[in-house]
Amino acid sequence: MRIPCPYCGDRSNDEFNVLGDADALMNRPSDPSLSAFDVYLHARANPAGHHRELWYHHGGCRRWLVVTRDTTSHAVLDVALASKFQGQP
Amino acid sequence: MTASNTATVNGQPFRQSRGGHLERSRPLSFTFDGKNYSGFGGDTLASALMANGVKLLARSFKYHRPHGLLSAGSEEPNALVELRTDARREPNTRATTVELFEGLVATSQNRWPSLEFDVMAVNGLAAPLLGAGFYYKTFMWPAAFWEKLYEPLIRRAAGLGRAANAGDPDRYEKAFAHCDVLIIGSGPAGLMSALAVARRGARVILAEEDFALGGRLLCERQEINGQPAADWVHSIESELAALPNVTIMRRTTVFGVYDGGTYGALQRVNDHVASVPEHQPRQRAWRIIAKRSILAAGAIERPLVFGNNDRPGVMLAGAARTYLNRFAAMPGQKVVIFTAGDDGWRTARDAAAAGLHVEAIVDRRPDVAPDVTASSGSEARVILGGRIMNVSASHGVRGVGILDRNGQRTTISCDAVFMSGGWSPTVNLTCHLGGKPQWNEAIAAFVPGAKPAQMIVAGAANGTFALGQCLRAGAESGGAVASDLGLAGGPIECPKADDEPVAVTPLWYVKESTGLAFVDFQNDVTAKDVGLAAREGYRSVELLKRYTTLGMATDQGKTANVNGLAMLAASRNLDIAAVGTTVYRPPFVPVAIGALAGHHRGKDFRPTRRTPAHDWAVEQCGVMRESGAWLRAGWFPKGDEDWLAATSREVEATRNGVGVCDVSTLGKIDIQGSDAATFLDRVYCNTFSTLPVGRARYGLMLREDGMVMDDGTTSRLGQEHFLMTTTTANAGPVMQHLEFCHQCLWPDLDVQMVSVSEQWAQFSIAGPRAQNVVSRLVDRQHDVSLSAFAYLGAREVSLAGGCPARLFRISYSGELAYELAVPARYGDAAARAIMMAGEAFSITPYGTEALSVMRIEKGHVAGNELNGTTTARDLGLARMMSTKKDYIGRVMAGRPAFLAEDRWDLVGIKPVDRTARIRAGAHFIGIGEKPATERDRGYVTSVAYSPTVGHWIGLGLLNAGRKAIGSRMRAVDLLRDSDIEVEICDPVFVDPKGVRLHG
Repeated sequence: MRIPCPYCGDRSNDEFNVLGDADALMNRPSDPSLSAFDVYLHARANPAGHHRELWYHHGGCRRWLVVTRDTTSHAVLDVALASKFQGQP
Repeated sequence: MTASNTATVNGQPFRQSRGGHLERSRPLSFTFDGKNYSGFGGDTLASALMANGVKLLARSFKYHRPHGLLSAGSEEPNALVELRTDARREPNTRATTVELFEGLVATSQNRWPSLEFDVMAVNGLAAPLLGAGFYYKTFMWPAAFWEKLYEPLIRRAAGLGRAANAGDPDRYEKAFAHCDVLIIGSGPAGLMSALAVARRGARVILAEEDFALGGRLLCERQEINGQPAADWVHSIESELAALPNVTIMRRTTVFGVYDGGTYGALQRVNDHVASVPEHQPRQRAWRIIAKRSILAAGAIERPLVFGNNDRPGVMLAGAARTYLNRFAAMPGQKVVIFTAGDDGWRTARDAAAAGLHVEAIVDRRPDVAPDVTASSGSEARVILGGRIMNVSASHGVRGVGILDRNGQRTTISCDAVFMSGGWSPTVNLTCHLGGKPQWNEAIAAFVPGAKPAQMIVAGAANGTFALGQCLRAGAESGGAVASDLGLAGGPIECPKADDEPVAVTPLWYVKESTGLAFVDFQNDVTAKDVGLAAREGYRSVELLKRYTTLGMATDQGKTANVNGLAMLAASRNLDIAAVGTTVYRPPFVPVAIGALAGHHRGKDFRPTRRTPAHDWAVEQCGVMRESGAWLRAGWFPKGDEDWLAATSREVEATRNGVGVCDVSTLGKIDIQGSDAATFLDRVYCNTFSTLPVGRARYGLMLREDGMVMDDGTTSRLGQEHFLMTTTTANAGPVMQHLEFCHQCLWPDLDVQMVSVSEQWAQFSIAGPRAQNVVSRLVDRQHDVSLSAFAYLGAREVSLAGGCPARLFRISYSGELAYELAVPARYGDAAARAIMMAGEAFSITPYGTEALSVMRIEKGHVAGNELNGTTTARDLGLARMMSTKKDYIGRVMAGRPAFLAEDRWDLVGIKPVDRTARIRAGAHFIGIGEKPATERDRGYVTSVAYSPTVGHWIGLGLLNAGRKAIGSRMRAVDLLRDSDIEVEICDPVFVDPKGVRLHG
């Protein structure tokens, strides 16, 4: 698998770590309740199709990326810096 | 026995005196089962053995039936041999793909005592018992017999070659390559597509698994542009080789297709020489990243399924042409051809041209086009609408029993049978990303279905079999890819070649067969097995495959699958399209693990990390041990001290005088920015924004789920500048976590961070005399007196008249202690300077063992306790969790289960019998209780012999441990047969009030 890193260009996936669902992980609750954090930590959709995932370019620029991937074909559809999404739904 | 129609050539009785693509000026000698033979450059082991008249090459997997060559390529299921000897012994090598070299040593396998006389052939008599699913049925009961009796028996009876029993002495490499277009295969379609894209400037890699380009063009007597096809191949090869944008990779099999245009390829760099030249790899595993690929992998001929069709001398008709035309080797003298299509007639023609006696051509079709029958060029008896029922043979073919269209039976004597069931496109690589091949009734074969993105398939691999069409398909595919890549230029001229007749009417199974009729030659799967599986209800192809093991051998059923599927379909009265096919997974051919590992084996599995003062530690007689990827001194023995004596001496010297330890491996992260303090408040559970400049503080970091992640000391070097330390093991994960917190959670914070772990060498100088050493070490203008530089101070100093350094008054040992950091390039010099400054105080180097003893004596937690299952509260660090701010892990650390009374708490333990030794990993069991999982109360995490208190001590995690302090438990280690009564105590064994820290 190849990921086109916005800084480093097209790179092999073994330069990256994957963390999981970007939309879940990047929305840390402001509500300090156990139920909100339970959902934050554990509730994950498992879509067949487009999925936004967090990948870390440890072997390159150390940026966290939001990689939009099709889970049925493994096609990488979009890559963007995670930092630019903050505050967006 | 000498072939009648040819003189013996160079001692090879079955070699034609002329023809073939051989280097006759380069004779090569080799041995098979200890006998000497000779061949020529350009031979494979298979063709050379054939030229020498060796027909029996192997014994089959299950029944130990004698096997010869079936094919001439990488699809070979039969002729598996052991290659080379001793540590280089390589089992299950296909003789058809082994390029002959001088001194080659090959041995047959899976036979005892010899290939000619194999006692296990008695398995063949037991064939009725060893049919489909015999594993599942025969050895069901009693279960206890399985491991001791059944399995070893089966393993001995059925098997393949023996692996080498010594380490592989050769080297392997991994490499990357990038190109615009990867072309897989160099037959007519591959060469034409390579030419079409290369002439338009694309960067091309042409991968060919053979040692010569040309594919089937080397094996056929066809013409292109009026010249022999092989000559045309050479002219194209010359043009391609001269182009700077083309890389030709011979002996390279593309074995897998992966996501994003990534292809795995194995290059056999030095498999064709007796020993690998120095500094060269034997094989190289490539990852090729290509914008487009053109699969021109050709097709594989199918056997026909009839009685005893596995006997040596029965081979594929196309393979017979390969041996005749490419290798000038004679696969037989008197041959019968059995075909389901036009292809068999070509073999008849070529065999006759080579001087073989074609006794009969048996075509299953009652009507065959006259131009086809006329083309055979032989005077052979022609039996249309006939079929071969069986082969009579012992080790070699003696004759065939034929049934003609009128039901008449005839016997014809012969010494070889060439069979052609039609050709199956080599669609394997199109399946690797999930594509399913589709049945094409017109050519009676599976053709590529959904293909990987950016791959196109050309020529025989796409079901286009005739030569003229293959050349055109290659040119068109190459042109289309070049245009798609936006390259200027137009179509190339296609050379002229005839389209040979390729009609076929498949015959999946000769029902009138007598004797075992094999479908899968490598796994000994017969027509009866397939029928039995269908009758027993294994109706899907996936179940058929697993029940009968059809297609599950090392050849992945390349010659077997389609026949098996068709027979299943017939038994269910379904179309083949409705039954479908199993799909192929990588690798296309077996790939040695060594090639995939490359250099990453043994000590090179991962890089060895050495600290800047490594050489100093070695000079001090440090015993270097692995600590993660790092090498660190475990202890520094003097004289004949063992590890325990040396460690105890180092602890005592440090606690009573002064010691020095290299702690460079700790993770160090430089954090700067106007929001750096805010950031640290959010990632640590305790507060750092209140830390004054020039001070250090112990920090505890939680995971979001409330467990402890890591700990370390973080110092404030400036208002907006912090230096964090992490444990050695977590340096990478903590860096990644901090970057996540910043970039994904709080990108609005003005903070930057970078790992400086390798930029600084760091030494702990600990003990009552530590201050004396440090004051001699640092330059005079820095006041490092105890009052001016108090506990938890952090400041920049200089050494040796200007060498920059950082000094921290922090302690892991519990003694008055400093950590001194210098830029890595001064690490070695700093270690020596510390030793010199400490000489007057008998400074003692100490290793990781003494470090560990002293931290256990102080009850400090380390990796054994920070194991991902412990909370701050479990470790007695609840007071560190701030209640005044939000931080990672705060909410979940408060979940009810984490506050339960019966959590496992950190405790100290002492043996009641003070001479006893406690074992880490022992479990806590109540006094008088029987050790059992349900009575497990926790376990011992760390132990040490403490010279300070004079006996073994330990730390552990004990159920409701804090309340149990003062009581007694047992530490039970059933694995090491140890059961010791222990006192539960506070985890701090030495200086619980922390007086020593302050000097």
